[in-house]
Amino acid sequence: MMSSLVLPPGLILILGGLLLPWLAPRFRAAVAIGFPLLTLIMVWMVTPEHSMTLSFLEYELDILHLSSEGRVFATVFAMMAGIGALYALKHARTLELSAAFVYAGSAVGVTFCGDLISLFVFWEIMAIGSTLVLWANSPANKRAYGASMRYLLVHLLGGVVLMIGIAAHVAATGSIEFTAMKADSFGTILILIGFLINAGAPPFSAWIADAYPEASPSGTVFLSAFTTKTAVFALLMGFPGETILIYVGLYMVFYGIIYALLENDMRRILAYSIVNQVGFMVVAIGIGSELALNGATAHAFAHIIYKGLLLMSAGSVLLMTGKRKCTDLGGLFQSMPVTAVNGIIGALAISAVPLTSGFVTKSLETSAAAEAGMPWVWFMLVAASAGVFLHAGIKFPWFVFFQKDSGLRPPDPPWNMRLAMTIMSALCILIGVVPSIIYGILPYALDYEPYTVDHVVTQMQLLLFAGFAFFAMLALMKRTLTISLDFDWFYRKLMFGFIVWIKEHSPKFIGPAILGIKAFGQRRFDHLEEVHGPQGILARTWPSASMVLWVAVLLAAAMILHFFTV
Amino acid sequence: MSQKPNDKKHWLYREENRRTLWLIQIGILFVAILPEFFMHHHAYFEAQGINLDAKPGFYPWYGFATCAAMVIGAKLLGLVLKRKDDYYDDE
Repeated sequence: MMSSLVLPPGLILILGGLLLPWLAPRFRAAVAIGFPLLTLIMVWMVTPEHSMTLSFLEYELDILHLSSEGRVFATVFAMMAGIGALYALKHARTLELSAAFVYAGSAVGVTFCGDLISLFVFWEIMAIGSTLVLWANSPANKRAYGASMRYLLVHLLGGVVLMIGIAAHVAATGSIEFTAMKADSFGTILILIGFLINAGAPPFSAWIADAYPEASPSGTVFLSAFTTKTAVFALLMGFPGETILIYVGLYMVFYGIIYALLENDMRRILAYSIVNQVGFMVVAIGIGSELALNGATAHAFAHIIYKGLLLMSAGSVLLMTGKRKCTDLGGLFQSMPVTAVNGIIGALAISAVPLTSGFVTKSLETSAAAEAGMPWVWFMLVAASAGVFLHAGIKFPWFVFFQKDSGLRPPDPPWNMRLAMTIMSALCILIGVVPSIIYGILPYALDYEPYTVDHVVTQMQLLLFAGFAFFAMLALMKRTLTISLDFDWFYRKLMFGFIVWIKEHSPKFIGPAILGIKAFGQRRFDHLEEVHGPQGILARTWPSASMVLWVAVLLAAAMILHFFTV
Repeated sequence: MSQKPNDKKHWLYREENRRTLWLIQIGILFVAILPEFFMHHHAYFEAQGINLDAKPGFYPWYGFATCAAMVIGAKLLGLVLKRKDDYYDDE
């Protein structure tokens, strides 16, 4: 039977990524589309009876553990890898595409983890894969290298926090099972923080807008899809109903809106918007009811698609114009109609306009706040829904495709990019028109009708008047050539400046101290290298003659022993 | 799709059409408010003694007011947070 052929779906995609660099260019397209498709098929062949256990120390790891939540996330991850690859096909470097597949594959891997150790391993492969996606853009964008290093540092920090948490949790409970926890012990609190760093929670929200917009047009599409949403999955499985997540999520929702309103770079607007959208999901996970968790799952699915679409649209503009700032753009709907229409469909979907995927998924989360009897959460989420329309729904298409006429007349991007955007748009509308597609695969049974007269009317009123506020206050939103300070200022300016200051001003006292620490580190390193390095005692290649001698000695000893024992 | 954008401006950009565009928007807003005259909204928080969300016209004014507040809030925060976009470039 086919069931004997079941593999962990993530490994297929990782394998595809490792295969890509070795292929002749004419096979690249087939692999780039074929492996995500295979992965998608495999995601749906796995049944709850399947498992693939590996032994590690005294633990049994399970990397083929099906959960209904994991299947939803894995499905959309595989779809994004495939459609993203179609979008990337003509322009992306092989390194980028290859890294993106390893990255996507390890994200799928996380969704099939039954234990914390294999989750951690996939988590770290994701960090490396995503850093490489960003780093691959260094030749084209001089800021990409620095951004990739800062990105890596944040994720290594998150990884270390997560690993300490897992180790403490396993030491305390003896169990490595990845299941619902409560953040009430040292270990589980650190695990929660580790997950939240990847979700873009405060104070580590800045890395998203710092890193993603420095990647290539297709690189940003890949980056937007996996890291934060894998974190949403991990929170969903690990910490459902953890009340603090409501507050964290609400902060993220409004952080995203405010920073996006201040931003001038079109892809940074959309990056801030990721924090905003993930905030909705984090709030829902904090509410923790079945409706809320269904909402977070469905919203993540829909969000990955429409955010991917928005970034494809912005990426097309970047590719065709070489410009990324709203102050340089405008009027592009005249010569890039396909990009503009697809961008607008993505903008309508993120704003939850009826007949789009956002309308049928995000409303589950607001309804969950109402159902749980949390009026202030509900009022804030409704205000935030209006704010989404403001910062992403109108601001992005308005400043890029309309506003003043910039005089730029670039054509639409190549066919593969247009096709990828069209597929994504079709998915946004399909889910919006036939919500049972997504409702049918959610973790809990769902009895919800999004298309009531009341819901459609109130949502349209909310959005139209939010839009009115945008145009009425347009003068207040005049674009400026600025960025906005964030928590990353502490490590990009304050700490950096502090070290420079010490070096310059106190060479007498602190200078020697720093040199001492440096010398101590160097000595430890030298010692390590002496013992374990390539020329170290433990790693030295012995001459084969002495090897033969020692084998002969051992043989002789064995023979002598043998004679004595007979 | 003219090659020389100054030859013939798209109708969206022509000064004489600006008034029409505003009128269209106000017309749409008026249509959106019409249902308020003959439908009642579901009150989600009767148990908590809150019925603000069921009052007529709640969604229009709430959408406008919260967005206006967010725009102004962002503007004020921007006074403190905004820096030139080459601020970090000397790293």
